[in-house]
Amino acid sequence: MVVTSAPPDLQHLDQSWQKRLETLLAAGRSAGADLVEVFLERTDHLGVLAEQDGITSVSPAFGMGAGLRVFRGLRDGFVSTNDLSEGGLLEALDQALGMLGLMRSSAGLSGFEGLAPLRDHASTKTDWLERCPDLAQATARLLEGTAVLERHGQHLQVRRGSYARDWQEVLVAASDGTFARDVRLHQSLGLNVLAADGEHRSSIGRRYGSHGRPEQLQQWDADASAREVCESAGAMLYADYVEAGQMPAVLANRFGGVIFHEACGHLLETTQVERGTTPFAEKVGEPIAHEAVTAIDEGLSDGAFGSLAMDDEGMEPQRTVLIENGVLKRFLSDRAGELRTGHARTGSGRRQSHAFAAASRMRNTYIAAGPHTPADLITSVDRGLYCKSMGGGSVGPTGQFNFAVEEGYLIENGQLTKPVKGATLIGEAREVMPRISMCANDLDLAAGFCGSVSGSVFVTVGQPHIKVDSITVGGR
Amino acid sequence: MTVSTGTQPTTLNAEQLRGQLEQLAQRHGIHQWDLGASCSTDTSVQVDRGEAKQMKGAQRSAITVRVWNSDGLVGITSTSDLSPAGLEKALSGAKAASAFGNRDDTPAFSPLATAPLPELDQPLRPSAPILSLLDTLKDAERQLLERHPAIGTVPYNGLAQRRSERIYLNSAGACRQQRLTTASIYLYARAEEAGRKPRSAGAVRLAYGTADLDLAGCIAEAAERTISHLNYAPIDTGHYTCVFSPEAFLDLIGAFSSLFNARAVLDGVSLSSRESLGQQLAVPFLSITDNGLHPGNIGSSAFDGEGTPTRALPLLEGGVLANFLHSEATARTFGVAPTGHAGLGAKVSVSPDWFEVGAAPGSGGGQQGLDQHTQGDGQGLVVIDSLSALHAGVKASQGAFSLPFDGWLVRGGERRSIEAATVAGDIRQVLQAIVGFEGDAKVTPDGLCPHVWVDGLSITGEA
Repeated sequence: MVVTSAPPDLQHLDQSWQKRLETLLAAGRSAGADLVEVFLERTDHLGVLAEQDGITSVSPAFGMGAGLRVFRGLRDGFVSTNDLSEGGLLEALDQALGMLGLMRSSAGLSGFEGLAPLRDHASTKTDWLERCPDLAQATARLLEGTAVLERHGQHLQVRRGSYARDWQEVLVAASDGTFARDVRLHQSLGLNVLAADGEHRSSIGRRYGSHGRPEQLQQWDADASAREVCESAGAMLYADYVEAGQMPAVLANRFGGVIFHEACGHLLETTQVERGTTPFAEKVGEPIAHEAVTAIDEGLSDGAFGSLAMDDEGMEPQRTVLIENGVLKRFLSDRAGELRTGHARTGSGRRQSHAFAAASRMRNTYIAAGPHTPADLITSVDRGLYCKSMGGGSVGPTGQFNFAVEEGYLIENGQLTKPVKGATLIGEAREVMPRISMCANDLDLAAGFCGSVSGSVFVTVGQPHIKVDSITVGGR
Repeated sequence: MTVSTGTQPTTLNAEQLRGQLEQLAQRHGIHQWDLGASCSTDTSVQVDRGEAKQMKGAQRSAITVRVWNSDGLVGITSTSDLSPAGLEKALSGAKAASAFGNRDDTPAFSPLATAPLPELDQPLRPSAPILSLLDTLKDAERQLLERHPAIGTVPYNGLAQRRSERIYLNSAGACRQQRLTTASIYLYARAEEAGRKPRSAGAVRLAYGTADLDLAGCIAEAAERTISHLNYAPIDTGHYTCVFSPEAFLDLIGAFSSLFNARAVLDGVSLSSRESLGQQLAVPFLSITDNGLHPGNIGSSAFDGEGTPTRALPLLEGGVLANFLHSEATARTFGVAPTGHAGLGAKVSVSPDWFEVGAAPGSGGGQQGLDQHTQGDGQGLVVIDSLSALHAGVKASQGAFSLPFDGWLVRGGERRSIEAATVAGDIRQVLQAIVGFEGDAKVTPDGLCPHVWVDGLSITGEA
């Protein structure tokens, strides 16, 4: 029998929830579940769009919800709901238990010894939301951004600035005693332009993101960002289409790291081991990349978009060395991944929201710096492609990856020559990783969003300049 | 509202919601408002080699409120909290946001928000117990695995059902409501032969309930497509005549739907302009209609985010651009009626529903062009079965695309899977380089389309 407790505060996810959560967890355990986990969240989102010299959209949103997951053996059932009332949570628990053939009962012994003392990662973050810019400040800064685009750009048909602020308060409780709270604050700024001159067109965008920095928007260097975007748009406006073929490529730092993220990072998540879709499942301790490559995933870098004080299963993140000098060292793992594959958790259990069960996901993922200068890499190529800026990419179910080159240049006789557009880099991780033969000394990170089994999550990709000895370039 | 065991509704009571909003609006001095609300219940299962992999359930609710302030500017707020406190917070948030409304492009109520709605034949099916979904999917997986020894796993699979409801209300008396049940299954198999690369392909089916799903068809299609890619070879880089499957061509048209989108035209990010109406964009035998009401469109909406009824809208007639997709605001700017393609926002988005692609009446569908083509030339035909990574490989505002695909090279009467390749081109050139249509139009989740032959596309093979 579930005992009704004093109602917790719906406007705060804190210690006041302990009793209700313990009751819920005990009910799940006494029904026969091996483990019950509850994820509660409250969110507050603001999106602002500036186009040309006006604000065209202001989109606030707020919400709350819960995700309940019940494990028995290797199986689990997951239910999400917007209803955080006692009745709503019990209904969700019943549904999750029913998925595993279990029913709540007053007879069962729970074996649940209560929640551990709350690990409160949010105590120093309670003023984050208030310290963020208000609507007037946010709109003013965005309009400043689109104005400086106009100042620095030529042939700009469209100028856009966007700002998104995502505040999230989470409380995680599990029947193994886990009880943890956090507040997250992600802000991102984007500048996009479309340049057009007759039949020539180029579209360029940049995103700047942070975590846990309420003053990011105030501190943003709009002028520098606008210059960067306009320079790229100008360079690409009259670019020819790249000629398709197999060639060496030098990928610039920062968002160039999307190649590792897509080509290899996803294959080092235990979700892929569970599905049997990674070629690296049995390769721990073996070389899978060129010895020049050391790759890391961590959630610790101060202010980085993919950083977190705890993952969405209540575990503190780690610095996980994935590949060291070409040798595979670790997989990224969450609770279910550890259960089903044996790879120990790494604080990588992440989800977009309460509506998704956590899964092993990347955080800040990058290739470590090497000994070379970026110029060393370019001068080593007779004829190839320099990828200064990347668009998005994806990896298929058999490991083929692809990603678009937003800004590219031909390398001829060790020199950058003319800009080229329309390039897509395609390949397969197993084949490309051994071909990353040189890493420069200019590691830098860039913010991004990663969509996968547990929704879209904030990530950082990164790398120094790297050289891939040979890769397929799709073009015209 | 009908309340479940807690504070969130499992069904929506439009009149009760209207009463609450009217009271709250009066309290906040708001005289004009509208809202879109939805709630849904989902259950889904995934399996892995005969075992349950994950079972999921979800109850979701959401509301978006727009208000017009005393200066006529619009503000908006969305929330998943449909409690009275949540509604009040949303309304006051929208009022605060309205201070930053766009004076140059202010939405109004759709003049069609109270027009009669089309009658849709959408049977409401009962939800099946989740353990019965699990048994069904396990059986489907087993049957697929038995189709060929090389098929070792079905790593991406799912069987899902949804019961949903949506409402549009406004302060001028509009009241739209639609209830719907849908079900879906997808099976993506992975096959591998000794010493060869793994290959993957799959199939999807939609229906109004799980009992209506064409499971056998889904299993057969997933198996046939997966097996067909086992015998693969690289393709030489070059220019080929390509045959797009219905699914692939619809994906391509969808990725470039800004061609037909009035919002994109006004924003300057479409390849079309206001002057494009009446211009020849494609071969004269191509017609494209956006028709969300087609019976093959499972789960079609009777009205859009502004309450405008859904209707069929010719986009290309004989290759000529005939109409744009509109919201209320874009329609007002163009001096036409809204077309039923709007979202709900401070800046209202416009998006297509479901495409019907085919031959213009009386045109013959390019049969003459097909007859002139022979498969006997040295290079062969490239059949593009499915396109990938459209989010990364399409530059809609430039017209360019470069996309990985799964497909086959047909040469000398033999069809062989292509190991890995991308297809690149420009949508304007594609529309002008269509040779003809082959076979009957096929109903897919995204529309109705035959196989489409296109000349001279650039194919890059992976060495």
